[in-house]
Amino acid sequence: MVAVREAFGKTLLEVGRTNKDIVVLDADLASSTKITYFAREFPERFFQCGIAEQNMIGVAAGLAACGKIPFATSFAVFVSRRPADQVAVSVAYPGLNVKIIGAYTGLFNGSTGASHMAVEDISIMRAIPGIVVIDPADAVETAGAVRVIAEYEGPVYMRETRDEWPDVFDDGHVFEIGKASEVRSGDDVSIIAAGVMTSEAITASEKLKEEGIGARVINMSTIKPIDKEAVIKAASETGAVVTAENHNIYGGLGSAVAEVLVENHPVPMQRIGIRDVLNESGANRELLDKFGMNYLNIMEAVKNVIARKGS
Amino acid sequence: MLSPEEINKLQEISNKIRCSIVTMVKDASVGHIGGSLSVTDILVALYFKVLNIDPKNPDWENRDRLVLSKGHGATAIYSVLAERGFFPAKELKTFGIIDSKFQVHPDRTKVPGIEASTGALGQGLSVAAGMALAARIDSKDYHTYAILGDGEIQEGQIWEAAMFSAHYKLDNLTAILDYNNVQLMGDVSDIMGIAPVNLKWESFGWNVIETDGHDFEKILTSIDQARNTKDGPTIIIADTTKGKGVSFMQDTCAWHGNVPSDDEYEKAIKELKN
Repeated sequence: MVAVREAFGKTLLEVGRTNKDIVVLDADLASSTKITYFAREFPERFFQCGIAEQNMIGVAAGLAACGKIPFATSFAVFVSRRPADQVAVSVAYPGLNVKIIGAYTGLFNGSTGASHMAVEDISIMRAIPGIVVIDPADAVETAGAVRVIAEYEGPVYMRETRDEWPDVFDDGHVFEIGKASEVRSGDDVSIIAAGVMTSEAITASEKLKEEGIGARVINMSTIKPIDKEAVIKAASETGAVVTAENHNIYGGLGSAVAEVLVENHPVPMQRIGIRDVLNESGANRELLDKFGMNYLNIMEAVKNVIARKGS
Repeated sequence: MLSPEEINKLQEISNKIRCSIVTMVKDASVGHIGGSLSVTDILVALYFKVLNIDPKNPDWENRDRLVLSKGHGATAIYSVLAERGFFPAKELKTFGIIDSKFQVHPDRTKVPGIEASTGALGQGLSVAAGMALAARIDSKDYHTYAILGDGEIQEGQIWEAAMFSAHYKLDNLTAILDYNNVQLMGDVSDIMGIAPVNLKWESFGWNVIETDGHDFEKILTSIDQARNTKDGPTIIIADTTKGKGVSFMQDTCAWHGNVPSDDEYEKAIKELKN
């Protein structure tokens, strides 16, 4: 198990070594987001923007318009809510090749509390036309996603989890934009999860198996464009869906999955996530417990949707 | 120094651009005449005497960049780009109409010569700073210009960009402030005062040049001075008149976004052609 942000920072350095167009922008959080690895080796391609995220996004747009591949980094909360208009008009509207990295996501923000908690970053970015939105499951997938988005031409918002968290994938995992992966099999229900909630969903699936319930787990790390076929397949094969996300239940993964289901293959569904509240300082696991987002809550949701089948 | 013939030529172009602006807004029943007329001479000076650009190769990588941060001046920059040969002037007839590439605020993906998509005020200076920074990274010698509205500098992001550009000593960046002192709801000084503008920019670490934004000789001298200033960005504070060139449109917020009636249109064109 490695701190996810370490994997992010080291992989950014690795891609920066081979792709000289990559430049990295910081809003005074480099030591937290771990872009320091890149900054130390490539000071001439690292630009400190100070605590001014709106300008940082605009500068990134200008750099991208001149052929650079800027990674604009900050905490998810500061790089989504504050410069939403700059992301929309300066970056997304002209489709510029800017990678926006939001670190410290959802409840997991190093006990810094509600002011630092990004519970709506995915919702904001998903609503802006043309942006790819990614919430990787673990360190391996975070590293894979950094390599992929560096090559992908166009605006991307990617979450970067702060801490160590159980691995979902081994090194052989291949991340693809817009491609879900089945990480546990099962035919009674599908748990569609993203980010740190995928490992929580796996724990739930394993416990459910002991009770004779087959809970398929699908890692939906690309929230936009969502893997529509995977959602429909899961619903049609298992007949019930639970979503699990480290984000407000409004506008994120749960909403994206619900949109696909309602329009294509409605089945009983329940969302696990932050239930429209601002949270508080606390350790990651304590927060998951307190706000109803741990594997036990997922198990309960699974039983609820199975009970609703055919009703 | 410009010869009297050169000045006359530029003046003729400006008159033509101003007629085009008023006509586009009249035809489309949408657009921003006042701020387009005020920025016209600045754009004409830049596009016809300063910018190192190639209309036949608008994506040439060593070209000078110009970001119209006050995106509502779109009719002015479209008309200037057409006159400079980026596309035929007759295409401007589609301005503001469905399926047109000429959006009411500029879209860089649609119009050759438009460097940044703007319209949400306050964003263009940051984008221009990014372009200037890219030139430095690549050791290219192109220059980047950002045209700012005066009401626009009420946006906080402008001052973030001002700090950034001075911090990185972006001497390949020049901002030009279209200081007509009128915004949508009234005089800038009444809506939200920005004075003393020169001292604000100076204190943010910028070289400041003040000039008459309707005098070609002075505009060009100021730009030359800005291009040759090293160790930091320069802002040219250009004293302008909103609605310049049409007597009843001048110095009033009524013509920020108003569309002329048939009668007003005729009067405006008559004045501009004289």
